[in-house]
Amino acid sequence: MKKIFSTIVAIAIFSTLSIAQNRTLPSVDVKTLEGSNININTIENDGNPIVISFWATWCKPCKKELNNIAEVYEDWQDETNVKLVAISIDNARSMAKVAPYVNASDWDYEVYIDPNGDLKRAMGVSTVPHTFLLNSKKEIVWQHKGYVDGDEEELLEQIEKLAK
Amino acid sequence: MKKIAILFTALSFSILGFSQENNGEFHGDFDLSMQSYQEDALIGAEAADEIILNNAYLNINYTKGNFSAGLRYESYLNALLDFDDDYKGNGIPFRYATYIIDGLEVTAGNYYEQIGSGLIFRSYENKGLGVDNAMDGIRLKYSPAKGVYLKSFIGKNRTYFTYADGIIRGADAEIDLNTALNFESKTKIIIGQGFVSRFQADNNPKFNLPQNVAAYASRLNVINGRWSYSGEYAIKLNDPIGSLTAEGNNYANGYALMSSLSYSKRGFGIIAEMHRVDHMEFRSERAQEKQYIINYIPTLTKQHTYSLLALYPCATQSEGEFGTQIDVFYKIKKGSLLGGKYGTKISFNFSSIRSLQKGIKYDVNGNEVTEISSSFKNDYNDFTPKFFSKNGELFFNDINLEVYKKINKKVKATGVLAKQSYNKDVLEGKTNYGIVNSTIAIADISYKVKKGHTVRVELQELLADGGDGSWSMGLIEYTVSPHWFFAVQDMYNWGNHDIEKQLHYVNINCGFLSGSNRFAIGYGKKRAGIFCVGGVCKEVPSSNGFSLTISSSF
Repeated sequence: MKKIFSTIVAIAIFSTLSIAQNRTLPSVDVKTLEGSNININTIENDGNPIVISFWATWCKPCKKELNNIAEVYEDWQDETNVKLVAISIDNARSMAKVAPYVNASDWDYEVYIDPNGDLKRAMGVSTVPHTFLLNSKKEIVWQHKGYVDGDEEELLEQIEKLAK
Repeated sequence: MKKIAILFTALSFSILGFSQENNGEFHGDFDLSMQSYQEDALIGAEAADEIILNNAYLNINYTKGNFSAGLRYESYLNALLDFDDDYKGNGIPFRYATYIIDGLEVTAGNYYEQIGSGLIFRSYENKGLGVDNAMDGIRLKYSPAKGVYLKSFIGKNRTYFTYADGIIRGADAEIDLNTALNFESKTKIIIGQGFVSRFQADNNPKFNLPQNVAAYASRLNVINGRWSYSGEYAIKLNDPIGSLTAEGNNYANGYALMSSLSYSKRGFGIIAEMHRVDHMEFRSERAQEKQYIINYIPTLTKQHTYSLLALYPCATQSEGEFGTQIDVFYKIKKGSLLGGKYGTKISFNFSSIRSLQKGIKYDVNGNEVTEISSSFKNDYNDFTPKFFSKNGELFFNDINLEVYKKINKKVKATGVLAKQSYNKDVLEGKTNYGIVNSTIAIADISYKVKKGHTVRVELQELLADGGDGSWSMGLIEYTVSPHWFFAVQDMYNWGNHDIEKQLHYVNINCGFLSGSNRFAIGYGKKRAGIFCVGGVCKEVPSSNGFSLTISSSF
């Protein structure tokens, strides 16, 4: 048991060291706000940066993050052509509320729902909010756990680095 | 064990081969929660023999193109006090391999799956709650045509470090009609049909128990412009569970219906939901224990995060309840009288959960035994509650209004007013407490000190006669983006009827975040209570001590 585990860990570490540079999106289905299935690795932004933000209707810091970005989103888009994809982890209890909430909040994001946590697990998200930044090849180049006021400025700096 | 070894030997070989091409990926995440437990007789906190308890998880996933495999190592040395002590020791209870080819997805090993909203089947994990009923077996998913999704699975569900007796088989078909039939329309329709069956051998010498128990669910989702409807109806066939006695057996079918209708446009959304649940607990074994539950009945109330709003949370009564809920979201436009410079956001929520119609349960001699409020059928009883009931007992009621306003560049404020009624007897399985009625007010104000520095203050007040009486809560939080946070909070039970229990529960927390890592330490007292996520609840004992959490991903 012990042996197997240490072997796995050793392999994992070595492989990570050599290949962690090009982490991409997993092939996992999520739901659109209309209830259809879509594979997350098909999202596109014509070679421009993509932000993926995990959130939930019951998560206060998540909503704070997305509302704060919503205020400056137009400027961000003008400047960097970035696209924000918001992945709601609301389960059957609150997923019906996602579309009315998003519409009422006047968000211009692409929003998908991950009701049983399949994408969340595949991307190693244990708590929300959790934000990823993808480069032109849709490789994850930066990530951030949690949100406090002002964190969006660091995110913008990272996006600007990519957009240059 | 041997199987795992083979799986990972194969895996390691593949990696060695693939890493040359530089296109395989390893990633994962790690979580650790450590807590010390000191005795505090006043709040009823007990010391742990081990002094420090520790839960930790490491997930590793490997992906290359359409192939992925992974595992989770779990360590409970020993499990935190709010976990079941059946979580003990170390192990790899979760490992899987998946590949996708020409629209067919094959998974062997562990997987999580859900049919529709979960009324008849949901396997999922929630570490905070200590819930993990992962399946171990085979799952297939196939899309034979555009807009048509089929899946089937077979397996046993995890219970701590072992698996339940029952074999669970399931299948589901979903058709996105617009895509499948290739027609453009303002109306979009998706239909789905799910089926689950449990096999458990009948070793009972006294009763002829059904070895195969089936459950069905049909669902419909219709969208027309700004309107959206979704509904699901489920039936569970005769499933005697729990006390297998002539009087206790219940062969009644179970039923569940949930329905929601919403309308939304820019700046406004409204949603009305209802559900009716009757005898719908579904388990992977006949034993009546929570680790065997394999379905999920969503709770029809708002999931609150402010501590005093969540002091008395609702949990679904899967054996019988009727619930309704309405939510309204509204954003008052910028520049209007009430909207001010930045606009104002309002959300309103109302929910009411009641029992189904009540009836009487009889014993062998036809004497009244007890009151029941869900379908019950055996040789001496045949009771089905009416669809609507006027005399339903109140389980939970919540009416709340939240207003959020950005006042200027530096100040943001949220205010909440709520009234809740909580049936402590039913929701906590106690007697003679009755209903706790509470009125709650909250103010949450944040102030931007300078770039990246924010101070936030929360003041909460809960007035109640029943339960533990009235509470006040105050919190001050200082955050420095993007790395630091500090918080001090005090919950004060000043209105407790027992003067000795009019106590302060003070907590201090601070944390450091850097990219993929998050560290937090805390010290304080936690009150005993009910902790819920997604309507699933657990009882948490009171505690006193230090805590450390580390969360990391790569």
